[in-house]
Amino acid sequence: MQEFAVILVSSILINNYVLVQFLGLCPFMGVSNKLESAIGMAAATTFVLTLTAMASYIVNAIVLEPLGLIYLRTIAFILVIAAVVQFTKMFIEKTSPLLYRVLGVFLPLITTNCAVLGVALQNTSKDLNFTQSSLYGFGAGVGFSLVLILFSAMRERLAAADVPESFKGAAIAMITAGLMSLAFMGFSGLV
Amino acid sequence: MIELIAQHPIFAALIALVSLAILFGGLLGFAAEKFKVEGDPIVEQIDELLPQTQCGQCGFPGCRPYAESIANGDKINKCPPGGQSTINAIANLLAVPAPELDAEHGEESEVRTVAFIREDECIGCTKCIQACPVDAILGAAKLMHTVIADECTGCDLCVEPCPVDCIDMLPIEETIADWTWPIPPKPGQIIATDRRGVLTPAGHREDAA
Repeated sequence: MQEFAVILVSSILINNYVLVQFLGLCPFMGVSNKLESAIGMAAATTFVLTLTAMASYIVNAIVLEPLGLIYLRTIAFILVIAAVVQFTKMFIEKTSPLLYRVLGVFLPLITTNCAVLGVALQNTSKDLNFTQSSLYGFGAGVGFSLVLILFSAMRERLAAADVPESFKGAAIAMITAGLMSLAFMGFSGLV
Repeated sequence: MIELIAQHPIFAALIALVSLAILFGGLLGFAAEKFKVEGDPIVEQIDELLPQTQCGQCGFPGCRPYAESIANGDKINKCPPGGQSTINAIANLLAVPAPELDAEHGEESEVRTVAFIREDECIGCTKCIQACPVDAILGAAKLMHTVIADECTGCDLCVEPCPVDCIDMLPIEETIADWTWPIPPKPGQIIATDRRGVLTPAGHREDAA
């Protein structure tokens, strides 16, 4: 039990994929303009990350390792990710057409979210078992959601704030992201 | 076969990747059947926001065709009966900026109105009955017509066809049952320094945003 807690804390806070490992920055910048769409994106990405971590573990353990095809990991995982994202897209289109419209082009872009591939590859290189892998994927998703939602809430306030002309838009967003990253470095001694 | 694969690892790689691709393809095909979307649900949601006057002032034969057209990317500011509140609601639904009402399609009336037929002048020509999009006018040929006030959406479409001009659009009187408080001014208008063009005490800004 304690081991699971350590995995979760480590993947959510200490090794946060966005702010500490700098993976998945594109949706972090792209979908953080509105809190509502950020929450949708966060939920979709968490779903994809958890499913991908599970599926890629299965593919790795059942297909790649017995056949000695470890060098095919990257391309096989990309295949897994593309399939999971396509599945998520269908699922959201059916369950929440509004969210589907809001997320728009960013939904298929989860495929190219480097955090997703990063989690799958790191899981295999760390020799985690199935439970640990899926927990790691889920933790990475929660960490991504936490950071994305915090950041979008900040950007919504920044939009109304009195920002100097030359810092408006992307510039102040970058600075905010940098400060958040600094803050998350503070978790590094936690475990 | 197994020997061949053992000697040429590229076959193992090919077979593994192709079978993975077929497996995922099959799963996705199954999911596509299971999660099939029937019709465009966004059209239903837009249609619900439109006032359902079926007045045709947007240039479409009714609210639903206009909702379908909006879903296909048409402008959302063509509905005078709905006015600015409907435009804002649709803009919110589609997550796009809310435009002003397009004056080309008519102006938003300040008060809700209802049609009223001056019955002693009515000649019973049934022209207004044919014009009414919501079947709110009752009557028969050469007999007096009248308006079911609860059904009337105040779309003005019956006024034009009447040959004797006996239809009036009367404003709906406010009653105790439907009176509401007027919306208070925006917070920005209450604090003096938030208003446009007011100098701050330090005098840094001439034009507060």
